[in-house]
Amino acid sequence: MWSRANYKIRRLKDRFILALTVLCVILAIVPLASILIEVVARGLPAISIEFLTSPPGVIGQAGGGVANAIQGTFILIGLSSLIGVPLGVLAGVYLAEFGDNTFGRVIRFFSDVLMQMPSIVIGIFVYVLVVLAVGRFSPIAGAVALAIIMLPIVVKTTEESVRLVPNIIREAALSLGLRRWRVTLSVVLTAAKSGVITGVMLGVARIAGETAPLIMTVLGSQWFFSSLFEPIDAIPLRIWRLALLPYDYAHQQGWGAALVLVTIVLALNVAVKVLTRAKFSGRVGI
Amino acid sequence: MESNGTQPSANQKRNNLATPHLHHLKRSFNGDHLFLAIIVAAASSVLIIMALLVIKIYDGAAPIFDRFGLSFLTSLDWNPVADIYGALPYLLGTIATSAIALIVGVPISLGVAIFLVEIAPASIRAPLSYIIELLAAVPSVIYGLWGVFVFRFWVRDLIETPLSTYLGFIPIFSGTPYGLSILSGGLILSIMIIPTVSAVCREVLLSVPVSQRDAAYSLGATRWEAIRIGVLSYARAGIVGAIILGLGRAFGETMAVTMVIGNAIGPFALPTSLLKAGQTMASLIANEFNEADPVSLHPSALIGVGFILLLSALIINVAAQILIYRVRAKGVVE
Repeated sequence: MWSRANYKIRRLKDRFILALTVLCVILAIVPLASILIEVVARGLPAISIEFLTSPPGVIGQAGGGVANAIQGTFILIGLSSLIGVPLGVLAGVYLAEFGDNTFGRVIRFFSDVLMQMPSIVIGIFVYVLVVLAVGRFSPIAGAVALAIIMLPIVVKTTEESVRLVPNIIREAALSLGLRRWRVTLSVVLTAAKSGVITGVMLGVARIAGETAPLIMTVLGSQWFFSSLFEPIDAIPLRIWRLALLPYDYAHQQGWGAALVLVTIVLALNVAVKVLTRAKFSGRVGI
Repeated sequence: MESNGTQPSANQKRNNLATPHLHHLKRSFNGDHLFLAIIVAAASSVLIIMALLVIKIYDGAAPIFDRFGLSFLTSLDWNPVADIYGALPYLLGTIATSAIALIVGVPISLGVAIFLVEIAPASIRAPLSYIIELLAAVPSVIYGLWGVFVFRFWVRDLIETPLSTYLGFIPIFSGTPYGLSILSGGLILSIMIIPTVSAVCREVLLSVPVSQRDAAYSLGATRWEAIRIGVLSYARAGIVGAIILGLGRAFGETMAVTMVIGNAIGPFALPTSLLKAGQTMASLIANEFNEADPVSLHPSALIGVGFILLLSALIINVAAQILIYRVRAKGVVE
């Protein structure tokens, strides 16, 4: 099929395209490297005790910080996990243990579709569903939106890790006379614990950086948290507002807030990596 | 990944194990039925959310559809003061930025996937794919911040200035290089879809049987010829699925685009030149949502744009999922 006559040209073409793939890898990595370098280089000078402990100052004057945004982000993570984690874990358990039927496949399919849904669409949905109904922007609305974004991630990782639990463990527990629900909750879910925790951490990492759905649910604020029915701030929202301001100090604070956010998100992702590695090395022993 | 052939039978076995057990203890209070009801309800929440998503957003958009009907989709004007709204420029803006994202991002993603699966030495495969995955973990607003203060100047100085100097007579390259443009929006999207597209491509390439490569080598193929003939042609359907998934990501991406696209309004937002400021559906919603006067049609118009975005995302993602499910099913059979 291939003659030896043009072998030199073919080999040259081969080398050329292999080099192109290396170039692709470099092109993919350059932005990540640049983002990390810029965030650290420009963000670090902004970090101070005041920056991390006080709310924003008067607009147009240097000073103040992002403490209320950091607080808001943690409140939102907590509230949305309260809704999203139990729902997602139980749904994932259903899919893994009882989900090999049409209903299960439909759920799995729409969970995957929901995972790819633009987050701003979910923000609009919660705006109509909660904000318009209650009549105000609130952490509750933000938490509902973020819980919906988190849900399919938790469902998927829970299902995958529960499926990895060997059947022999279920059989052993059932043979002791335990009820199916006890077996599932106390034995199977415990065996799958690290996988489920991984999923929750991935979900948290994803929602910690979400901005678009917060615009139409929590709005943003200059003050610390006061009630579940008043607007609050969040780090990504604050980064956006600071970047839009025409002041150098605001841009520097934006980079500082970006450093805080990137640290939280990457720490979660790296922790997941370490955890999953530990899980798999532990699994060899079973 | 979803099911690998042995799973259904294993699961059936599990259920069979449980059934006699349930039957046997039927008289006493049955925690199992309650438990099953609870987890079925939890699983159903996914369906309820999807259904409510469509219904509620349509509800919110109803006033604008009642008022303007189909002309909401085809007209160019966007004037909150006169309460007149047309969404066409933003629909076209979304299509234009997504097209740039795919044209630039897909070849790079495919190159990355080919390198990781076919070429890279085993020792750097895992760390390198992890680094690429980290790109997906970086929040959108961070891309936006980097876009406004760093990437914008790369685009302006390295791409837009030469384009307008040498090719400025062609309409799509006309305009003043400013760095906040449809091109910047599309390019930042191309960076953001790389982890998604290359991860799915990698999975698809990994599922191609080794015999495909061996067959090509046995005919005397070089490495690239083996990849092209043995691997890529075999993996085509999966790669198309990956591209559609990337398109879905690009369509709905909001913050990064909002911060670099320049935010034009009305007829000015029509994507007639790469170097012009533009606007996508998502960026329009993000920019104007908090400024919309609740007694006007403005909020409803923005929700209407959101409804178009929702429908497009639904169509794109359902298509992508079906393609990828099929490829995975095929991978199991062969």
